[in-house]
Amino acid sequence: MFSYTAPLIGGLVIGASAVAMLYFLGRIAGISGIVWGAVSRQADSSWRWLFIAGLLIGPLLFHTLTNTPYPVESPLEWWHAVVGGLLVGFGVKLGSGCTSGHGVCGIGRLSTRSFIATCTFMATGIITVYVIRHLVGGV
Amino acid sequence: MKGLVALLCGIVFGVGLAVSGMTDTAKVIGFLDVFGAWVPDLAFVMGGAVCVTLVAFRFVLKREAPLLAPGFSLSTNTAVDGRLLSGAAIFGIGWGVYGYCPGPAISALVYLDDKTVIFIVAMLGGMVLANMAGKRLDQ
Repeated sequence: MFSYTAPLIGGLVIGASAVAMLYFLGRIAGISGIVWGAVSRQADSSWRWLFIAGLLIGPLLFHTLTNTPYPVESPLEWWHAVVGGLLVGFGVKLGSGCTSGHGVCGIGRLSTRSFIATCTFMATGIITVYVIRHLVGGV
Repeated sequence: MKGLVALLCGIVFGVGLAVSGMTDTAKVIGFLDVFGAWVPDLAFVMGGAVCVTLVAFRFVLKREAPLLAPGFSLSTNTAVDGRLLSGAAIFGIGWGVYGYCPGPAISALVYLDDKTVIFIVAMLGGMVLANMAGKRLDQ
């Protein structure tokens, strides 16, 4: 197995889920939008909570059925999680989407807006890791 | 029926995230570390997913309506504005800091690392803050 086989299979599976969401429910499988809709109690949100429940069940099934060990726990500190989480939450809400909504679905429907958003968060993600790992010398 | 489809789509999506390696912060940060020990594997996740959506969305969106809803719920916003760019940029920084975007963070809750819970709480807090900031900007 090449190291990109699993990522490619995972990507195809994610794409299939996004297609099914659009085909059956007419919804974009954008996680940040689904989460926000659920926690801000938008009308008719039971499908959102069920989708989120699925996001938890899926990995459990995969790791259990295939006997794949869980990924190693992040070596980062709790405050990295606070800073990272705050920025991710603030950014996806302000920018109306994350990797799934803009990246997988937005580009899938040829949205210029989503394409530009995806290039932007990829670029700042890369710059951030460069700064933390190679300029500041963090983990 | 809608709920069942959403649950199944969530499960499939979650399996995809776990299979692909997106729930492993070390892999994500390795992928973003373009100027260091770059591990390009995760490019195949979005690559694979977008290949599926690019083709299949075309056929789905030719339909008058989705199977289980009266219409497609798609964003009509096409503006590439400061909000989109700054939001995407801030999201990317947070992604680089900890290695989770929203979907994988939720799926990774099943690995029972308390830092993931902290990340999710901070992420929800960030969304609330951005929602407040967005309302201010609208005025």
